[in-house]
Amino acid sequence: MPIPAVPKDVDWREFFVEQLIRLTGVSAIALVLVIFLFLVREGVPSLLEVPLSNLLGQRWYPTFEIYGLMPLILGSLLVTVGAIAISLPLGVATAIFIGEIAPEWVREILKPSIEVIAGIPSVVIGFIGIQLVSPLVRQFSGAPTGLTALTGVLLLAYMALPTIISIAEDALDAVPDSYRHAAFALSATHWQTVWRVVLPAARPGIVTAVMLGVGRAIGETMTVMMVAGNAARMPLGLDAFLRPVRTMTATIAAEMGEVARGSTHYHVLFVVGLALFIITFLINLAAALTIFRQQRGGGGRFLA
Amino acid sequence: MRIPRYTAQKVAFGLITVAAVSVLIPLVFVIGYILVQGIGAMSWEFITAMPRGGMREGGIFPALIGTIWLTIGAGVTSIPLGVGAGVYLAEYAPDNSFTRTIRLAIINLAGVPSVVYGLFGLGLFVIFLRFGMSILAGSLTLGIMTLPVIISTTEQALTTVPQSFRVVNASLGGTTWQGVRKVILPQALPGIMTGVVLGLERAAGETAPILFTVAAFFLPRLPHSVFQQTMALPYHLFVISTQVPGMPIKIQYGTALVLLVFVLTMNLVATLIRRYYRRRRQW
Repeated sequence: MPIPAVPKDVDWREFFVEQLIRLTGVSAIALVLVIFLFLVREGVPSLLEVPLSNLLGQRWYPTFEIYGLMPLILGSLLVTVGAIAISLPLGVATAIFIGEIAPEWVREILKPSIEVIAGIPSVVIGFIGIQLVSPLVRQFSGAPTGLTALTGVLLLAYMALPTIISIAEDALDAVPDSYRHAAFALSATHWQTVWRVVLPAARPGIVTAVMLGVGRAIGETMTVMMVAGNAARMPLGLDAFLRPVRTMTATIAAEMGEVARGSTHYHVLFVVGLALFIITFLINLAAALTIFRQQRGGGGRFLA
Repeated sequence: MRIPRYTAQKVAFGLITVAAVSVLIPLVFVIGYILVQGIGAMSWEFITAMPRGGMREGGIFPALIGTIWLTIGAGVTSIPLGVGAGVYLAEYAPDNSFTRTIRLAIINLAGVPSVVYGLFGLGLFVIFLRFGMSILAGSLTLGIMTLPVIISTTEQALTTVPQSFRVVNASLGGTTWQGVRKVILPQALPGIMTGVVLGLERAAGETAPILFTVAAFFLPRLPHSVFQQTMALPYHLFVISTQVPGMPIKIQYGTALVLLVFVLTMNLVATLIRRYYRRRRQW
């Protein structure tokens, strides 16, 4: 927190440094704008070349100039929802374990381990997905291939865990001890306290955890590209999880390397990127506003 | 029938413990498995030789060197900018709506998908600024992606320095910048270093941002300048595990092991810095 400095003669060096530091702070806003600008700049030409009805279609065949984005959007949605459905209960339970139950020495092992999970490169997780998880999925499901939406869901769930655990743990940590003491004084058991008092009090933080977990999962690229099979079909029906699926991120990563710069296909891929940017922007905005409402100022530990 | 409440507690805590353990098991298993499968590929040649025979023989030297270059490049880009912005937020920024907009922007930068950073790098650095696919374009892209981590950890490290340090500085007639440079920054340095290493760890392991900005499928020699493409470990692992048929499994696991060791070493360094200085801290 800044302390107002004693007013004194304006030193030009002091002034220069201060302006420079302010500039680096402002650069964060500039960067968000520049990223948006360049996605628009490279993406918008396609909106003039491809009719909207084509873009909103249900088939993605760029070779035939059919650019329906629906299967990609639904593909991203499917794996993200599936991943969060697994990692939310698992993540919150782990956060409760770390925050409320585990003795100090266990905590000292668990917390760095979860940081290690966050540090494993997504391409390594994708590699393990190909080598170990997809054969398992094929065996258990009887599907013709192990490269399915389910494989992607399992790996994405694991990758979203560190985000969810650390933010949920912060949320539990922020619940004042007086709440717990009050519950104990009413002769509640430890579990009743956690379930009826601490968790409800931490709910806004847990909602934030879910939102950022969703952002993490929807933006993940390499893992889903490597293990989810990459078939751009509408993922409808009950067995959608056991079929290959193609996400928005995987589409960009797989196709951008092969398109001619300036072609319609190239511009459409930027539109996919723009859509991803807007989706994650809205998710993060919502998450940030929840945090700001709780505590004025402070970026929060979750960024790291 | 009502379940006795201490039974309920036992069941609930049991389930929670199982959940926490089940989060750890895959981590231990995966690292162990890659180690066991990949250790056989390790040799001096594997680390220091060029790939041969369609990458099915030889080593991964150019990919390893490329990743080191890109990590350094990302650091050069993101450390000055990120630490500067962190200092601004912690020491200078007034509590107003403009500062909140900056915080909002940082949170949003942290949430931008890595492949979108790749698109951005392609549009701005590769095409608009005409850097081409190059180490320069890749480093800048990775650096910008790393910024939010460095900014937020820097700010945190600075805010943990007790307020009394600032008060004393002001009372001795020090300006804000004098206080930051001579008192606050040195105190916060270990925390900042931890954040920087953790941020660069992520940059080193990323694939999607370098796909269209720098990464080469195969190069017969090392890059000579920042305007050239380079191979990189994560992209190399992607290539040999999905794009090259008949790739010996041993080389795939070996490459995964080298990448994992590279990244986890940085993680370990960050943890050690934090541990060491936390113990020595005087406040």
